[in-house]
Amino acid sequence: MRLKLRIWRQKNAQSEGRFVDYNLDGVSEDSSFLEMLDLLNQQLIDRNEEPVHFDHDCREGICGMCGLMINGIAHGPKAAVTTCQLHMRVFKDGDSITIEPWRAKAFPVMKDLIVDRSAFDRIVQAGGYISVNTGQAPDANVIPVPKEQADRAMDAAACIGCGACVAACPNGSAMLFTSAKLAHLNSLPQGQAERFDRAVLMVNQMDAEGFGGCTNIGECEAVCPKEISLDFIAMMNRDLLRASLMGKGKR
Amino acid sequence: MSVTTTQTMTEVPTFVEATLDGRVPSGPVQTMWERTKFEMKLINPSNRRKFKVIIVGSGLAGGAAAATLGEQGYNVECYAYQDSPRRAHSVAAQGGINAAKNYRNDGDSVYRLFYDTVKGGDFRAREANVYRLAEVSNAIIDQCVAQGVPFAREYGGMLDNRSFGGAQVSRTFYARGQTGQQLLLGAYQALARQIAAGTVKMFTRTEMLDLIVINGRARGIVVRDMRTGEITPRLADVVVLGTGGYSNVFYLSTNAKGCNGTAIWRAHKRGAYFANPCYTQIHPTCIPPVGEHQSKLTLMSESLRNDGRIWVPKQPGDTRPADQIPENERYYYLEEMYPSYGNLAPRDISSRAAKRQVDSGRGVGPLRNGVYLDFADSIKRLGEKVIRDRYGNLFDMYENITGENAYKTPMRIYPAPHYTMGGLWVDYYLMSNIPGLFVIGEANFSDHGANRLGASALMQGLADGYFVLPATLPNYLASTKLEKVDAGADAVKEAVANVQNITQRLMNTKGTKSVDHYHRELGKIIWEYCGMGRTAEGLQKALQLIPELEAEFWENVRVTGTANELNQELEKAGRLVDYFELGRLMCIDALNRNESCGGHFREEYQTEEGEAQRNDTEYAYVAAWEYTGDDRPLLHKEPLKFETVKLATRSYK
Repeated sequence: MRLKLRIWRQKNAQSEGRFVDYNLDGVSEDSSFLEMLDLLNQQLIDRNEEPVHFDHDCREGICGMCGLMINGIAHGPKAAVTTCQLHMRVFKDGDSITIEPWRAKAFPVMKDLIVDRSAFDRIVQAGGYISVNTGQAPDANVIPVPKEQADRAMDAAACIGCGACVAACPNGSAMLFTSAKLAHLNSLPQGQAERFDRAVLMVNQMDAEGFGGCTNIGECEAVCPKEISLDFIAMMNRDLLRASLMGKGKR
Repeated sequence: MSVTTTQTMTEVPTFVEATLDGRVPSGPVQTMWERTKFEMKLINPSNRRKFKVIIVGSGLAGGAAAATLGEQGYNVECYAYQDSPRRAHSVAAQGGINAAKNYRNDGDSVYRLFYDTVKGGDFRAREANVYRLAEVSNAIIDQCVAQGVPFAREYGGMLDNRSFGGAQVSRTFYARGQTGQQLLLGAYQALARQIAAGTVKMFTRTEMLDLIVINGRARGIVVRDMRTGEITPRLADVVVLGTGGYSNVFYLSTNAKGCNGTAIWRAHKRGAYFANPCYTQIHPTCIPPVGEHQSKLTLMSESLRNDGRIWVPKQPGDTRPADQIPENERYYYLEEMYPSYGNLAPRDISSRAAKRQVDSGRGVGPLRNGVYLDFADSIKRLGEKVIRDRYGNLFDMYENITGENAYKTPMRIYPAPHYTMGGLWVDYYLMSNIPGLFVIGEANFSDHGANRLGASALMQGLADGYFVLPATLPNYLASTKLEKVDAGADAVKEAVANVQNITQRLMNTKGTKSVDHYHRELGKIIWEYCGMGRTAEGLQKALQLIPELEAEFWENVRVTGTANELNQELEKAGRLVDYFELGRLMCIDALNRNESCGGHFREEYQTEEGEAQRNDTEYAYVAAWEYTGDDRPLLHKEPLKFETVKLATRSYK
C-alpha cells in the first residue's frame, strides 16, 4: 500500500520542530506501524538523509518504550494496543497519516518523536514501592490474598508506563499512571502499612513534575493500551482524602 | 601455560591443557551454599558505603542486584540503555517463574528442581550452581510476594501454579501472561526506593562500550551518553554485568530490538572468557515470520502448551484450512513421540520436532512455515472463558499481529531464537576470570547447561540478583586489597580512546548500505548454519561468509548523522560490529563440539530416531574461549563432574 506521511522532525530539544511530508510506497499490510517506519527510514538512509528517530524496544507491547500520536490519537486508531502492536491492515491504501511525539509539558521532546519520560520514574521513586529489604520476607503463602484483590492489583499493575494517558489528556495529567501504581500496591495486604503516605508522596511528586490535574475527561482510559480503569483515579482520590484527614505523607 | 597447537584451526582449536577451575567448594551440594555463605568474608555495615559498585543492566538480575546492594549500604551506580530501568527486556517474559515450594503437594522438592534442571540442560551445567539455584528459588517467591508482585491466586487466597516444559510437577508461579513484567516491576520498585534513598545512582540512556582493567582487575567501564554522544570513563571497585543475552545476533529473534551483546563482548576482548557461545535456545512457540519487512519475532508463551495441542496434517502438502482436516488426518506429533511429556516436551526437543515437520512438507499457513497450536479441545472441555482468563492477553496479541482469532482457528507457531545459555564464564561465585568482574543473569553461562527449561530464566536472574551476588561480591571486596585508581591512568585513557576510535571509524566509513542491511545478512548466515541444525560443513561455510560480510561492512556501511547527538544508527552499528565477531565465535564453538546436546544439534550426531547424541567421554566440559586478538581464540576447558545426578541419556518418552 501507498501512504502520505506527515511526520514531526526536530533535531534536538533546543531546536524548533516542524512537520515534513513523505510519500511511502510498498508498505505491507501485515507489517506493524513501526515496521512501516523502518521502511521509511531505510529509504531515507538510501537517500543519505537522517532517519526518523523514535523510541521502541520489545515490539511486543509490554516494555512501554514506544508511543506515537497517530492522527491525533495516542497509539493510533485501534483500541487497547501500543504503537508497536498496531498493524497496517487497519489503514487503507492512499491514507494520510500524521505522526507526532507525545505532547506534554512534563515530557520534553528530545529528538523527532522521542520524548523524555523520566518524570514517571521520579513519581515511583517518591513512594511507588513496598519497603521490604531482600531477605525480610515471610513465606509467600502466610498472608492469603483474596482472588478479587489480587486480580484488581494485577489490573492496575498491568500499566506499562508508556505515557499515552498524559499525551491524550488535554490537561497533560498523569493521574491515570499514578493512580494505577497506587491501586496496585494499595489493593494488597502487603501494601497497607504505607498506603496513605504513598498516596500523598506520589501525588506531590506528580504535581512537582508539572503534570496537570484531572477533570474527568476520560481520554486517558480511552487510549490506554492496557485498558487501565478510570476507577483507580477515584480510589486514589479517596485515599488522598483519608490521608489528609490522618495527616499522612510527612515522612 | 602449556598450549597444544594443531594445523587446521577450524577442525580442532588450540586449547590450554591446564583445566579451568570453577572454584566449586568441596563437599556435598546439599550443604555447600550454606557453608560457603558462612565461610565468605563480610564487610562491616559502616564501611560498605566506601565501596563503589558499577552494575550494567537493570533487568531482573541487574535491577535486583542494584537494589539489594543498595539496601546493604554499598555505593551503587546502575546503567541502562533504555529510558527507564522498568523497560529492561525481562519485562517481556510471559509464562512464569519456577520454585520448589511444593505447594501442590505433587512431589516437588529442591532436589527435584535441581535434578530437572540438570537433566533439562542435557548434563552440560555445573551441578553446584544448579543446586544453589534450586535452593534459593523459594526465597525469591517470598521476596516478590512481599514486594507486592500480584501473582495469580486461588479463591482461598493461596498462590496458584501451572506446569511448564520438562517437568512433571506444577511449580510455576505466574501473573497472568505478564510474569516477567510484574517481577521486573518488583525489582524496579525496590530499585526506585534505593534511588530515592541515595544509595543507587541511576544512569538511563547510557550504554557501556568498554571495560576498564587496571593491574588485572576490573575497575570501571567506558560509557556513551546516548542523548549527547559524550564518552566518559566511570571508575569503581567492582563491575557487575547483567546485560542479558545475544539472541539478536540472528537479527530476527524474540529479543527486544535494543538487546545486545556489546557489554559482554567488549569485556571478552579485555580478557573475560566466553563460555559455550553455541548454546542458543530456539523457542518452539513463536509466530512464524510473514515477509521481508519483519523486524522481530514474537513469542507465544510456553504456558499455552498446557492447554494447546500441537499438530500438523498427516499428509505432506495438505493445504486445506485447519477446520477441514478431519481428526484422523492430523498428526499430534509431540503426543505420539513423547507420550509422558506430550505437548510439554522441553524446548529444544519441541523445536526440532517442529522443524522436522515443516521440512517434511507438513508446514501450515500461507508460507507453509508453521505448525498448529490448537485450543479447540480445551475450549470444549473448559469453556472459552477459562481459556480467556488464562491466556487472554496472548490471544489478543496473536490477533493483533496475524489478524486471526485463535479462539476460532488454531494458532500457527514456529521456533525462533529466544535465549542464549552461553555467556561470559563465571566461577561458583559468579566472578569471571577477570578479578572484580562479576556476571549475572542471562549474560553469564552458568546454570542452564545446553538447554534452559521454561520459567527458569526469571528464577536465575532473580537468584543471582537478590541472593547470590549480594553474598559473593562482598567476599571479593573484603578479601582484596584495592589500590586507588584515577581517570588519568593509562588503561583508562586507552579504553576511552578505543571507544572513540570505533565510533570515528563507523562515522567515517560513509558507505552506501544501512546497518540493518548488514545485520539482516549476518542473521541469515547464523540462522542457516548455526541455528536449529548444524553441520561441520555448514559451520565452515559460515566461518568463511561472516568475515567476508564483516569486511564489506567496514568498507561500505552508511551511518547517518553525527557522533555527538542522539543517533540510533550509530548505536545499532556499534552493536553489529560485535555481533560479527560473536557470531564467528558461535560457529567456532559449534564446530568444536562434535556432539549434539540441548540447543546445540549437530546433524552428524543423532540417534536413529533423530534425538540428540551426546558424547560424554570427550565433551563433558564447559568450552571457555579466550580472546587472542586474531581469528584463533584459545580454548580453556572446565571439566563437568556429575557426582549427584547420574549422567544419563535424556528421555521424555
